[in-house]
Amino acid sequence: MYAFNFLLLSAALFSFGIYGVIARKNAVMVLMSIELILNSVNLNLVAFALMNNSIDGHVFALFVIAIAAAEVGVGLAMVLMIYRNRRSIALDELSEMKG
Amino acid sequence: MSQPSMLLAAEESGHAIGEASGWFLENAWLIPVIPAVAFFLILFFGKKLPRGGSEFGLAAMLGSLVIAAGATWQWISSTTSHYDEAGNYEVEPVIREIVWWQSGPYEFGLGQHIDGLAIMALLLVAFISTLVQLYSTEYVNGDRRYTHYFAALTLFSSGMLAMVLAPDMVQLILGWEIMGLCSFMLIGHWWEEQANSKAALKAFFTVRVGDMGLLVGTAMLLAIFGTLQISEINALAAAGEFDSQNMLMWTAVALFIACIGKSGQFPLHTWLPDAMAGPTPVSSLLHSSTMVVAGVFLVARIYPVFHVGLDINAAGQSVNLIAAIGGITLLVAAALAFVQNDIKKVLAYSTVSQLGYMMMGLGVGAWTGAVFHIFTHAFFKCCLFLAAGSISHTAAHHSFDMKKDMGGIWKKMPVTFGAWMVSTAALMGIPFTAGFFSKDEIIDSAKHFEYTWFYYAGIIGAFMTAAYMTRATYLTFFGKPRGAAAHYMGVEHDTHGEVHEHSAHPDEAEHADGHIPDHTVDAHDDHGHDDDHAHDGHATHGRPLPFAPFDSPWKITAPLIILAALAVGAGYLNAPALKIYWFEHQTESSIGLPIDHGDDHGGEETEEPHGDEEALVVSEVAAGANGPFASAAEGGDHSYEPSGPYAVPAPPVFTWANAAPGLILVALGILVSWFASLAVFARRKNPFSPFVGLTTRSRPIGALHSFLVNKLYLDHLYEKVIVRAVAHPIAKAAYWFNQNVIDGIVNTVGTVTRRLGGWVYRNIDQRVVDGAVNASGTAASESGHALQPVQSGKVNQYGALLFGAAGIGAILLIILNG
Repeated sequence: MYAFNFLLLSAALFSFGIYGVIARKNAVMVLMSIELILNSVNLNLVAFALMNNSIDGHVFALFVIAIAAAEVGVGLAMVLMIYRNRRSIALDELSEMKG
Repeated sequence: MSQPSMLLAAEESGHAIGEASGWFLENAWLIPVIPAVAFFLILFFGKKLPRGGSEFGLAAMLGSLVIAAGATWQWISSTTSHYDEAGNYEVEPVIREIVWWQSGPYEFGLGQHIDGLAIMALLLVAFISTLVQLYSTEYVNGDRRYTHYFAALTLFSSGMLAMVLAPDMVQLILGWEIMGLCSFMLIGHWWEEQANSKAALKAFFTVRVGDMGLLVGTAMLLAIFGTLQISEINALAAAGEFDSQNMLMWTAVALFIACIGKSGQFPLHTWLPDAMAGPTPVSSLLHSSTMVVAGVFLVARIYPVFHVGLDINAAGQSVNLIAAIGGITLLVAAALAFVQNDIKKVLAYSTVSQLGYMMMGLGVGAWTGAVFHIFTHAFFKCCLFLAAGSISHTAAHHSFDMKKDMGGIWKKMPVTFGAWMVSTAALMGIPFTAGFFSKDEIIDSAKHFEYTWFYYAGIIGAFMTAAYMTRATYLTFFGKPRGAAAHYMGVEHDTHGEVHEHSAHPDEAEHADGHIPDHTVDAHDDHGHDDDHAHDGHATHGRPLPFAPFDSPWKITAPLIILAALAVGAGYLNAPALKIYWFEHQTESSIGLPIDHGDDHGGEETEEPHGDEEALVVSEVAAGANGPFASAAEGGDHSYEPSGPYAVPAPPVFTWANAAPGLILVALGILVSWFASLAVFARRKNPFSPFVGLTTRSRPIGALHSFLVNKLYLDHLYEKVIVRAVAHPIAKAAYWFNQNVIDGIVNTVGTVTRRLGGWVYRNIDQRVVDGAVNASGTAASESGHALQPVQSGKVNQYGALLFGAAGIGAILLIILNG
């Protein structure tokens, strides 16, 4: 029961994140949503680590945080470039990948 | 020998076997390694250096010479302090080896086997190579492949050095083949001319023919003795530890075939004179101490194999393969030397002839004499070649033709002339020169060991040697200057000059002599036009005339002087006439008997204990070696009793009476040849005048003459008969097979393939394959079009699809696991 709360919270965060990625038009908001997803995963990892009395999950979570930081760095840089080129960061206007 | 030499006063005795030691002896393996390293340095860095890499070559040879000299000194000091009461000098060889490779139970090593013979050869090769390198810096100066010349020359010396200190047959073959390769490169050094590259190929292939024997013989040695270690082979052969005498005989024959090829012995000698196409320093190195000596050296190195295998010195034997080949070679080559116009070719045939002496010496059991002849011959032959090069370089416009471009130059080239005369005297075997002591010992041994035929061959050869060298000397240095030499001498050359006077006499002997191959040229040669052509040709080509006020530069004359001094001085290391046996004592332990057992066949005592022919077992010889026979030896016993195949008889005791016939014939040869030369070349009236023109007047003599001029038709035999007989039918058969069988198969296969191809194209390719390809293309295109709407380019949509797919996957996972 104790772990259930953590898992519920993390599932909620995950869902918000998914919603943000799919529904938001602003690229910055999408990046923030991805952060939410990653953090919900972190929460899960820590929760299971507590349950199993193992430190592995904690270490893993630290890794995820570091990678998330790098990912946000790259993502923001891309957003900045897109903004410079198009004066807009609205994702629905970006359809160059159309097949 | 009986008398302990004067050099070696009896300070210490009782040491039957001595240990030779010292830094130089233990590190003698460096001697070939230094030039080998220098070869790579010259190759990689030579061109960037101011002297084109020759400094590496010269420095390397000097380094080798220093080590060789040190090793010689240490060897001598070990032998002089170790000899037994009988006066035998037995010092163990210094053998050091590393395992190079291994195959099953056999290990093949690289290293050194230093004993008297190896020391002698090392010193000789390093010394002569150094002089030749010095000489070359002047002689090939400005050559377009100067650097490569020195690289090859250095590697050549390295190959010979590696061969002479080989501890086993594998290293020996390695050195042997390095030399073969380098001789090819050096003979063909000026390969732009067809003749030179042909000569190089001929040398290479002729030697290769013999080399097959080396490989076969080495394999047989391994089969018989189970080892390729030279010291072990010698010990086992000498001790009779082999199964079949017959097998050993064939081994000796196979190995001797290699020596025939390498040392230019009779049927395969044809490459040696052609090898004159290379630069003169190469010829001198090749003919004196390296390459051609390798064959003789191999026989001397594993002498027990030959001695036991061919029953040399067995009771009642009057001929054996080695002696026969040597004897034939020395006579044939001496005869051929008479009809040469090219000074280098005269010397080349003389080398062949002297190698015949060495082989004959080994064949009759005169090991020491033969090895000593290697030693002395190297000096005077090298000197003669360098003198010829000096004449050509300075006086004769790079020509070597004695009849066209030489004559009368002795006044202006005192050093060259002096060196030439001293070396010629040594080559003829005039008393108190080096050649006399070594050659006389061979001839004397042949008589003493009852090889009577070879005794006669030897003294007749001495006569011929004296005669052809006198002819060459007359043509080169005396008479009136001709051609380039006339120009050099500053003489207004006379178109009716001495030799060319013959043109007015069509039946003149020497006319036909030199010019058999180009009769057509001579036919219109009315007034010695060769002179004018040579002269004018040079002038119009604007070549700088090598007009030197005096002799050649010091880099050329210095080696000449040194070698001429040695052509006399070297003989005094082993002069039986003066009771000097020093060289013999230094090398006698190398004859190849089991030194471990302390027996000695080189000494005189072997004559004595084996009066009964049954006592051939070496252990008995070993038992007999300590002392009791010393007294018998002192007497200088003349009687010779054959001592069987397991012992080398002692050299005969020198007496002037024994040497006299040979010496008389030498004197006769000089006189006859001198007057004949005057009669033929200078048209002086003397008792030989009636013989002038005999070759054209007398049919049999003319036939003999053209037989000699055409080199016994051996080249014809090889090229026209053997090569053609082998090559033509095979080529024809191969052509027929090619046309009918292979082409038939190829054509059939081609036709069938083409038909099949047509059918495949129409049916499989067009229908099946194209159908499949088109169908898959269409399918891909259609499905692509169908899926195109999904690729909207909207990131959000992609995200939704991704998560949707992940969600569906998760649900499936849960359902399936649940």
